This record gives sequence, structure tokens and C-alpha cells, in this order.
Amino acid sequence: MKRDVLWRIEETVMRVLMIGATALALGCLALILGAVVWKGLPAMSLAMVTQCPQGGYYTGAGGGILNAILGSLYLAVGATLVALVLGLPIALYLQLYAGRSRLIEFVRLALDVLWGIPSIVYGAFGFGLMLLIGLRASLLGGIIALSLVELPIMCRAIEEVLKMVPFELTESAYALGTTRWEVAWKVVVRQALPGITSAILLAFGRGIGDAASVLFTAGYTDHLPTSPLRPVASLPLAVFFQLATPFPSVQQRAYASALVLTAIVLIISVLARLASTRLSRFVVK
Amino acid sequence: MIRRNAHIQVCDLNVHYRSLHVLKDLSVDIPANQVTAIIGPSGCGKTTFLKSINRLIDLDDEARVSGQITVDGLSVLGAGVNVTEIRRRIGLLSQRPFPLPMSIYENVAFGPRIHGLSNGRSFDQVVEHYLRVAGLWEEVKERLDAPAAKLSIGQQQRLCLARGLAVEPEVLLCDEPTSSLDPLSAQHLESALKDIKHDHTVVLVTHILRQAGRLADYVIFLYMGELVEHGPAEEVFNHPQKPHTRAYVAGEFS
Amino acid sequence: MAESWIERGLLPRQRTRPGHQSREARGQRRRLVDLAGHKVTRGMAVGAAVLVLLISAGLLVRAWPILRSQPLKELLLGRTWHPMQGAFGFWPFIVGTLWVTAMAMAIAVPLCTLSAIYLAEYAAPGVGRVVKPLMDLLAGIPSVVYGLWGVLVVVPLIREHVGPWMDRHLGHIAFFSTSANPTGYGVLAGGTVLAVMVFPIIVSVMEEVFRSVPDGLREAALALGVTRWIMVRKVLLRRAFPGVIAAVVLGFSRALGETMAVLMVVGNVPQVPRSLFDAAYPLTALIANNYGEMMSVPLYDAALMAAGLLLLLVVLGFNLLAQLVLKRMGKVA
Repeated sequence: MKRDVLWRIEETVMRVLMIGATALALGCLALILGAVVWKGLPAMSLAMVTQCPQGGYYTGAGGGILNAILGSLYLAVGATLVALVLGLPIALYLQLYAGRSRLIEFVRLALDVLWGIPSIVYGAFGFGLMLLIGLRASLLGGIIALSLVELPIMCRAIEEVLKMVPFELTESAYALGTTRWEVAWKVVVRQALPGITSAILLAFGRGIGDAASVLFTAGYTDHLPTSPLRPVASLPLAVFFQLATPFPSVQQRAYASALVLTAIVLIISVLARLASTRLSRFVVK
Repeated sequence: MIRRNAHIQVCDLNVHYRSLHVLKDLSVDIPANQVTAIIGPSGCGKTTFLKSINRLIDLDDEARVSGQITVDGLSVLGAGVNVTEIRRRIGLLSQRPFPLPMSIYENVAFGPRIHGLSNGRSFDQVVEHYLRVAGLWEEVKERLDAPAAKLSIGQQQRLCLARGLAVEPEVLLCDEPTSSLDPLSAQHLESALKDIKHDHTVVLVTHILRQAGRLADYVIFLYMGELVEHGPAEEVFNHPQKPHTRAYVAGEFS
Repeated sequence: MAESWIERGLLPRQRTRPGHQSREARGQRRRLVDLAGHKVTRGMAVGAAVLVLLISAGLLVRAWPILRSQPLKELLLGRTWHPMQGAFGFWPFIVGTLWVTAMAMAIAVPLCTLSAIYLAEYAAPGVGRVVKPLMDLLAGIPSVVYGLWGVLVVVPLIREHVGPWMDRHLGHIAFFSTSANPTGYGVLAGGTVLAVMVFPIIVSVMEEVFRSVPDGLREAALALGVTRWIMVRKVLLRRAFPGVIAAVVLGFSRALGETMAVLMVVGNVPQVPRSLFDAAYPLTALIANNYGEMMSVPLYDAALMAAGLLLLLVVLGFNLLAQLVLKRMGKVA
């Protein structure tokens, strides 16, 4: 009898703790978004998103963060494209062509490892690579490093999606006398299209927010991106560099950058979710 | 080149799944331009048999096949065989229809697009023709661009029939094709199968004895992966020789 | 129904096949494309695998000058960091990394376990539908934004509330004293921010692990008349223990590699911390902060690359371990 009561009390206490832990995490989410909006919203203005910093990004007041917005978009779009062009074929290979050899196990393991490598290591490696080929800190360098970061994410996400294509569907296609290449591109990719789109958006979202890999490799500038061989600004670095200055007007740009960056990531997140449902017109259940 | 009136010769076919011996020393001839029904209790290797004929069993890493299958003299099994051509010439209609993730039109046009059309026809003609053969044309002619996934199961199965026939196979393998369908759709499908046997060899796996009775010209009875009896339908159903056959045909087990 | 297609006036039968030759040629072409596709994609996949080796080798090559110049033990255990004078002792950074990451784990693991149990065992399905997207959001927030939050919210919180409170009640213990560093920038701030960052991934892995435990086990326990929590404690956690450990190890390796957020709140003083509130200088921050100067001082770049290599090897090791355990669990369960 007494043990029963004790158990019930323990159960209730643990329930409260569990819900509390979850609520705490979600509360932090609210706090983070709140802080970004609280500081970022006052800093926003039309000029902020349509102009570059006037008078230097470290010390100059006035102007805006267009350099960082465009720079980030160029970097992320470029890196996502590279990651897609490399990642989709690799994922298709693993799903449709690969057997069960040791080599394939090693490849899968290596991809898992790549997924876990910190982005600063990719940045350092990218930097070393750039030194080797004589490339200076630039948009191109940033794209190289960032696509290294995005590739494992893209590959893993696409593979997850491909796994969900029903085996009987590919079997039906093979029964018509198709080659694996044809099944891959005409059937599997079509069926997995909503998921692949989500994967692309996911990788893009991760890429645009990454600072450590572009730190070494993309440089920074307060000009708009003009050529792939020149340094380019990015939103994460805009936050990082401009937050650290003692000038409030420059800090304003940092807050605005954070707000724009977070907003982009949020929108991408919503789009990724929508893609799964809206694009599934032809998908076979 | 395989002539239209192909007939299939199976010689000592053995299939192993991991350590399970699924098909044992199967040797039988399947006559041309007839409906051959393969009957027997569930799990006795009927589907495995079908998939060996069109080499779909290759997709399973754990299956090991040995023996000989020839379609009109040309070997199906073994290395060096052009598997995609085999699969074009030997079509398969599955138990559960899986339309491709495209429109109705594109589903039927899929095969011809890949293999190329025979002379003189356009895709529109081909699509309409095979949808008619499958008995689906009237129901879908207004919405050929609609997603195939939105059709009812009965319609989907007929679509799969049209799709499979559009590549102009000589043989059509059917794996319990009406088991997912309502009686009306099943009827439609059965009549379509009866129609096409004039130009194709149809091999029909079914566990519905009545269906075999309706459709079959030739019957093969498999039990636990072994060939027990085979012969013209009339003989096997009315004068079965082996005790197992007699019991199965009488409905004593299924 | 004995009419054939011809009799029904449909398409004419093609007996002779003039198109047959082109179909053969087409078939050949298709097979070649398939073969080429196979080889190309296999090359790409193997290339990706080789990338891992390339990265390790690349870092090793660039770190070689310093690895050659001093014995490894001195580099790893040396306490002085004066690049200008050629002193490259990594010890403060290694310890700093460990302190911050351990702090993050100490905060995150209990919370994550509780939350994962709740989501897997207790919560109604509707709750999961709301919480999962929010967790994904949390996981997607960029590192610098976490850092910004840390600077705006966490650091002042520590400086003005947590620190003084600790001092009042536990200040006599060096571990809890803010006397050396009342600014709020330190191990606690870094650990807190990191904890929130790794929360989503640890919870998602744990949840998956819990869900993979077969229902039969749960039902067997509950049928004995115990409360849900008892069932969780005695059956679920025991069975899922390797998976839970794997999730923690995965989170740990994620936290080890985190750069920007930690950098912004941890103080960046190359010392061995003695208190929760002391500043620290993790390896990732070391690399990030000094890439600008590294080309101008001899051996500095090699040193930073060596730090990167160390980071890579440690993270790799932990990650591999976690993946192996998870895969083993998948096979057993």
C-alpha cells in the first residue's frame, strides 16, 4: 500500500520534470528568437537591407547589410548546387547500384564520418587547399569550403528520402525492361522529388548559417559581390565581426544581420515542410 | 530474336533464398499462346518461379538461381544475357498495382519512350490502343494527364496491364493480379487477359481455383516448391492423377 | 470473345520489324549509358570516401612543421602559449575544450533524457507533431545567432544573477567562485549555450532509440502492475542503455566541434580553468580567432593546423564509436 503511493508520487514528480525539461528547451527557443527580434527589429530599415556599410564595416555608421545578404545568398546557392550535383548521384549509387561489398560499407562509414566533421575543420582544410592552388579568400573559396560542409548533409538527407521509395515501385519499373540508370532518374527521382526538394532546402539552410567554414575562405568585405575571385561578405560573419565593435551603430548592423539570417532560416524551414506536401501530386503511396 | 509465339521451357530450375530451398528441380514446358495457370498453396514458390522467368529475381541479393529457362530456344538465365531485353519481352503484372509516379498517359507511354516505338505509330496512338485493350480507355480518356496515383485500385491494375503490354512483350506473367481488386474490376481484368492470349503467352499465378477454371488452358500444380502435376486444364481439374492434386482441386487445403 | 485485335479493326500487326535494328542499337546505347552511369557514380562515392583521408592527410601535412619540431608530449601537455616566442603548449586549450564540453553535457544529458523519455513514452501524438518541428527549428538556428543570444541573454544572466547567487552560497569553494572572473563570460556561459545547441540532436537520437525498443517488452513490464516510470527506469533504460550512451557520445562530439557560439561567450583566455565562471579557450576558438595572424608568425599556421588535426581525430573517434554502437543496436533490436 505504501509502496504504491510512493510510486505514484515518483511518477508524478518525474512527469513534471520531463515536461519541464521539454518546456525549458522550447523556452530557450522562444528566448533566442525573442532576443533576435528584440534587438534586430529596431535596427531594421529599408536602408539596412538595400545598402552596403558606409565608412567601413568595422567603424562606419550608416548604410546597411546588403553586402552580407547578397554574399550569403551567393555562397549558399553556389555551395548547395555543388553539393546537389555531387550528392544526388552518390545517394542514387548507394541505393540502386551498390551491392554489399566491403568497399560500400567503407563508403557509408566515410560519409557518416564526413557528416560529423566540424565545419571549422572543413574551413581549415579549404584554406590549405586554397593556398595550394593559389586562390585568395574569395567567393569561390567560400563555396568550396561550404560545399564540403553541405555535401554530407545533402547526401544523408537524400538517402533517407530514397530509402522510402517502395521497393515494389522500382521492381515494377524494372519489369518493363529499364536499366538502372533509367529507373534512377525517371522513376526514383520523380517519386522522391518532394523529399529531395526538402533535402536541398535543408542543406541550404544549414549552409547559409555556417560561419566557421567561410571564416578562413571567403574573407569579408563591405562591397557587394562582384567576382568569384574576390572576398565576399556573409551574414554570419557580419554578425560576428560587427557585434564585437564598440560602436553602437555598427552593432545595429550586427543585430539586423542576425534577424535577417534567422528569418531566412525560418522561411527555409517552413518551405522544406511545405515541399513535402505540396509537390506530391504524382507520388505513388 | 524471339518469335511472337514463344513457348517457355524450364529445365532443372532450383532457387535458394539464403538457406531455404524454394524451388526444387523444376522442369516443365509452358505452351505458347495459351493461358497457363500455376496453382498451389501459398508460399510454395509460385511468385519466385515467375520472377525467375523474367530475371526480376536478380534484384534480390539473397536469391541463388540455377538451372535453365529458355523462351523459344533462347536462354534466359545465365551471364551474358541481355536482361533488359528479356524483361521487355516477358512482362509482369504484380499482385498489387504500382503505377509509376506520373500521369496516366505517361505511365503507358513510359515503355515505348524508353525502348522506342515500332514504326508508324505515335505515342498518342500507342497509349490509346493499349488503354483500350486493358479496358480502361473509356474511363480515363478525358483525363490522361491526371496523376495515375489517383485512380482506383481496379483502374490502376488495368493501367499496369496497359503499361506492361505497351512494350510489346511476347509473354505476360501475372502474379495473382486480381487479389487486390473488387469483383467487378477483377472481371474486367480477367476478360482482358482472355483477349490478349491470342497474341501472348499468359502465365497466371492464382490461388483462386475458380479463376483458374475460368481462364486456364493449361495448368501447373506446385506444392512446396516442387512440380506435382501439369497438363491441359480439363485433365488436371477433372482427372487429377496425384493425390495432392486431387486434394487441392477438391478444396481440401489451400 | 474470339476476335483478335486485327479483327476488331485496331492497330495493324507488325510482322516484319523494320525498326528492329534501330531498337537493337538503341538498346546498346542504353546499356552503355547505364554502365557509364554506374562507373561515374561509383567513382563519386569512392571519392567522397577518399575525401576523409584527404582531409586528414592535408591537415597532417600542414601541421607537420610543428609536429616535427617538438615532441608530441610537449605540445599536448605544454602550458605556455606564446607563439611569438615559439611556445606552443596546447594543454590549456585541450582542458578548456573539455571543461566547456563537459559542462554542456552535464546540463544537457539529464534534460535530454527526461525530454526524450517524455516524447517517446508519455506524450500524446499531437504533442510530438508540435514539438518535432520546433526541435528542428532549434537545430537549424545558426551558430552565430546562438552566440548572439549568449551575449545578450546568458552572459548577463550569469553576471548579474547566477554568479552573485553562487558566490553568496558556495563562494568558498573555488569551483563555484566568481572572484577570478565576474564578467559572466566563461565556462558556464559556454556550456549553457552549447547545451541548448546539442539538445535537439541528442533528444532525437534518444527518442529513436527508445522507440526501437519493442512494445512487447513494455507491455510485459506494465502487465506486472508497475507504473510507467518504473517500467521506464527498470526496463526501457536498461535495454536502451547502449543507445543512450551513443546519443550522448554523438552530442559530445558535436559539442566538441562547435566554434562560433562558444567563441562568443567563453572568454578566450588561454588558461586552465579552476571555476565554473573562469574564462576558457577551446581549440575551436583558438583556430577561429587566430587565423588572421597565423601566416605572419613562424610555425603559427602549423600549430593551428595541428589543433585542427587533433580536433578532427578526437571528433572522428567519438563519432565512429557512437555510430558503431547505434548500428549494433539496430541489428540487435
